[in-house]
Amino acid sequence: MAIQYNNPLFEVVRNYDRCINCRVCERQCANGVHYFDEKAGKMLSDETKCVDCQRCVCLCPTHALKIIPNPNSFRKNNNWKQSLLCEIYKQAESGGILTSSMGNPEEFPIYFDKILINASQVTNPSIDPLREPMETKVYLGSRPQGVQKDASGKIICDLPVHLWLNMPIMFSAMSYGSISYNAHKAMAMASKKLGIFYNTGEGGLHEDFYPYGANTIVQVASGRFGVHQGYLDAAAAIEIKIGQGAKPGIGGHLPGEKIVGDIAKTRMIPEGKEVVSPAPHHDIYSIEDLRQLVLSLKEATAYTKPVIVKIAAVHNVAAIASGIARSGADIIAIDGYRGGTGAAPTRTRDNVGIPIELALAAVDSRLRDEGIRDNVGLVVAGSVRSSADIVKAICLGADACYIGSAALIAMGCHLCRTCHTGNCNWGIATQKPELVKRLNPEIAAERLYNLVTAWNHEIQEMMGGMGINSIESMRGNRLMLRGVGLNGKELEILGIKHAGE
Amino acid sequence: MKRVYVKEEWCLGCHLCEYNCAFANSNERDMVSALKGKPWVSAVQIEESADVCFAVACRHCKEPLCVTACITGALTKAEDGSVRIDRDKCVGCHSCIMMCPYGAVVMDGNHVANKCQLCLTNKFGQPKCVEGCPNGAIVYEER
Amino acid sequence: MRYVLIGNSIACVGAVEGIRANDKEGRITIVGKEKYPVYSRPLISYYLQGKVKERNLFYKTEAFYKDNGCEAMLGTEALSIDASRKTVKLSDGSVVPYDKLLVATGSSPFVPPMNGLEKVAIKHTFYTLDDARALQESVNQNSKVLIIGCGLIGLKCAECLKDLVNKITMVDFAEKILPACLDGKASGMVKLNLEENGIEVLLGTSVKEFEANSATLTNGKEVDFDAVVLAVGVRPNVSLVKDAGGAVGRGIVVDERMRTSLADVYAAGDCVENTDCVFGGCRVLALFPSAFTGGRVAGINMSGGNAANGMDFAVNSTKLFGQSIMTAGCMSGEQLETESTGYKALFVQDNKLKGYIIIDDIERAGIYTALIRNGTDLSTVDFEMLQRKPGLLAFDKEVRQSILGGEV
Repeated sequence: MAIQYNNPLFEVVRNYDRCINCRVCERQCANGVHYFDEKAGKMLSDETKCVDCQRCVCLCPTHALKIIPNPNSFRKNNNWKQSLLCEIYKQAESGGILTSSMGNPEEFPIYFDKILINASQVTNPSIDPLREPMETKVYLGSRPQGVQKDASGKIICDLPVHLWLNMPIMFSAMSYGSISYNAHKAMAMASKKLGIFYNTGEGGLHEDFYPYGANTIVQVASGRFGVHQGYLDAAAAIEIKIGQGAKPGIGGHLPGEKIVGDIAKTRMIPEGKEVVSPAPHHDIYSIEDLRQLVLSLKEATAYTKPVIVKIAAVHNVAAIASGIARSGADIIAIDGYRGGTGAAPTRTRDNVGIPIELALAAVDSRLRDEGIRDNVGLVVAGSVRSSADIVKAICLGADACYIGSAALIAMGCHLCRTCHTGNCNWGIATQKPELVKRLNPEIAAERLYNLVTAWNHEIQEMMGGMGINSIESMRGNRLMLRGVGLNGKELEILGIKHAGE
Repeated sequence: MKRVYVKEEWCLGCHLCEYNCAFANSNERDMVSALKGKPWVSAVQIEESADVCFAVACRHCKEPLCVTACITGALTKAEDGSVRIDRDKCVGCHSCIMMCPYGAVVMDGNHVANKCQLCLTNKFGQPKCVEGCPNGAIVYEER
Repeated sequence: MRYVLIGNSIACVGAVEGIRANDKEGRITIVGKEKYPVYSRPLISYYLQGKVKERNLFYKTEAFYKDNGCEAMLGTEALSIDASRKTVKLSDGSVVPYDKLLVATGSSPFVPPMNGLEKVAIKHTFYTLDDARALQESVNQNSKVLIIGCGLIGLKCAECLKDLVNKITMVDFAEKILPACLDGKASGMVKLNLEENGIEVLLGTSVKEFEANSATLTNGKEVDFDAVVLAVGVRPNVSLVKDAGGAVGRGIVVDERMRTSLADVYAAGDCVENTDCVFGGCRVLALFPSAFTGGRVAGINMSGGNAANGMDFAVNSTKLFGQSIMTAGCMSGEQLETESTGYKALFVQDNKLKGYIIIDDIERAGIYTALIRNGTDLSTVDFEMLQRKPGLLAFDKEVRQSILGGEV
């Protein structure tokens, strides 16, 4: 193609007064952007390959680099945005589906940012978490329906199978294959140290990580990859994945070249053969079918492990959740439309699903209305970006949150959204050995530990500010929230008042 | 004693250790003025092949052979166990290079021997290569 | 415990460190013939060149003797040892008793009989600091100097005199420069470098007859000179031990622990003959690292420790007129010449590295030396890679891990 319709998205700005030709940028760029020109005696760049992952910028020892958006612009058009034109050029060239990674970056409302948290003044005084106990431990699972006594009149203390979390945070499902061995190891290590859980996603559980089983949630997805008795037995809980926020309603496709070595072995699929993770579970067409799988998994693990059912936040999420709460599942996980992914069709990622805040409020309200909220624990995912988002989610009715993107960011991800190329310069979303080794799991685990610990401190601070000393007292406490700039319908769904009310 | 240890499985071959070493021992305020457009030498060196890379620097041996061979007394084993060099004394005879089993002594542009002194003698006080390693491939610890 | 160390050079320093590693209290007496505190003899040529300041000649700081509790009797010569009474008689008339004695008397320049040498007015050896100073005083910018011997001493002497005198001629009976260390090619490279630096080098010939200011060589050539430097070789100073009844071969005979055949008498340095672990036999190594290590081993054993000196072999490294010359081990077995920026020849026998000769391309050569020292089986390393460039990459991961991940 002689005409270059698509120009580089970014510009590499190199301060030649600072550049010492150390070539660290060149060695660290898996995309081959930087190179040393012997003749000119200086570093040059091929910006067409740059994805703005910031690896070179972060490692440049003299801070000589900047990556900025290419200021080249098409004639302004509020309807035909430049990105749309570029996408059309791309498709006109390739004839293929547009592919993207990570969460929906488009300009839809972010409800978390339109919700504000309360604090105590004078009455119901606030609590100083540095001085007083502040409980962030979370019980996740079905709760006892009432007091039960044995024949002698003693109270039966047996709780239904459940998970205990030291804090209301877990690492989202990210498969070994979509992310690297080292990324998985880091999450496993951090979960153990934090007393929380990470989730295998649908890629199976690498044999090296069985020792972390007590902090592992294993997923059973439509492809059943990597599912066997040992896998189920190793885990603390089992999650049936129905859908994913980034790409509700569609399955996955793994090209053969990614099915190599340990990945094939862990997924229990032949090496080099492309596989499809089906869009639906072909054995689940109703809540009754789902119940069969829930109970099968429980039966397989002797009713010792809670079962989670994960769905994407879609239009009738409340009704679906109501069904799941009656299916025998212990926990429902809902994934909002901003959730990340290793690869998704761009149009699906950016146009399918609904915001997690609205889905959560709708589900929590529906389950309460039906008197079955205590049948299940409720976990939300799909762009939980900070401790404030977590506090808001819990006030809206969640028991805990899954963090995926935030965890990857803690490990170095800069959201360049090119996971699907397999060239992750940060060693996270790649299987290339030379790139995978860039993520030292010891360091990554410590960063995850630090992040979650910091967030937990912040949660305690905000709880204390509200005069609440236990997560349990905050859950579903929507009085602690107010909306700003939201219309009546939005406030009604969220079940909160407007600021000032 | 605390030594610099290398974990080759995490070495990325980025060579930042070399640049940090040269800078740390340059007495300059920042890396640009220390290294830009000047010849420099690092006491830590990356060895690399297609699939393996790692940093090599003085091991501060219990019984350093370089010290036994140094004809000037420039190389000494200090009280703390580190092997130090008084570069003012070195005459560039290469005896230390001949003796070091690990190839950890290098010559600088002025034909003076250079080796890792764990940054104990410069303003940083602890190894700059370790501080600057992006992946924990070099550590400074007691083992 | 009373220690007496005869000799005040590198082996002595090694011994002091060895003794003090075990015994902080014992009395150490050092008897040194020269009046200077311990200095490094290889530095005298650098000193004359002005490359080493006087203060840097000294191997240890002034505080060395005091810090280590040593009584240094400098400018004093030991005349005899009475091994039965365990005493040493000194040139100042005193008799010093010892519990443990170290003989580190070094070696002395060897001056063979040469016809007419007595007619030469200005003749020097080039071995001690005093030798160097005397030589410097006796020459000037117009001097012509004849150096007899193309060994290390003669070569370093030529280098330092180059800018001090008008003309230098070197004569050696051998056909090669440093014949014990270099092969023909390396010798040729060194010779060329000397000649490019204005030194006349005459090999395979010797002085037939000296006149006052000229010498006739066996090849018929006549060489004029104002001064002669005699650098033919050195001989171990063995007489103290020999006269006391100790075993002496070419050097003082010692065992692995540096004990002589006399009870409580140890020896180290240039005066002893060692077992060369590469060469296989016993020989006088007369090398700086051997002296230091031998002295240290002796010191440890003298003070009740247990150390052995089992890993000695010839190593030499120097820089001459900007050219690096490095050799180790011996030239036996198959000679492998590898591509090099200078010259590199490796000698392999029984799948082990036995020696090397390197000119200029000396980077990380210690890795080769270690292969010789450890007798490494070359099939356990990537020797092809090592030949091109010494590095730890050529070793197994486990070996490398023990080096870079552990204490060595």
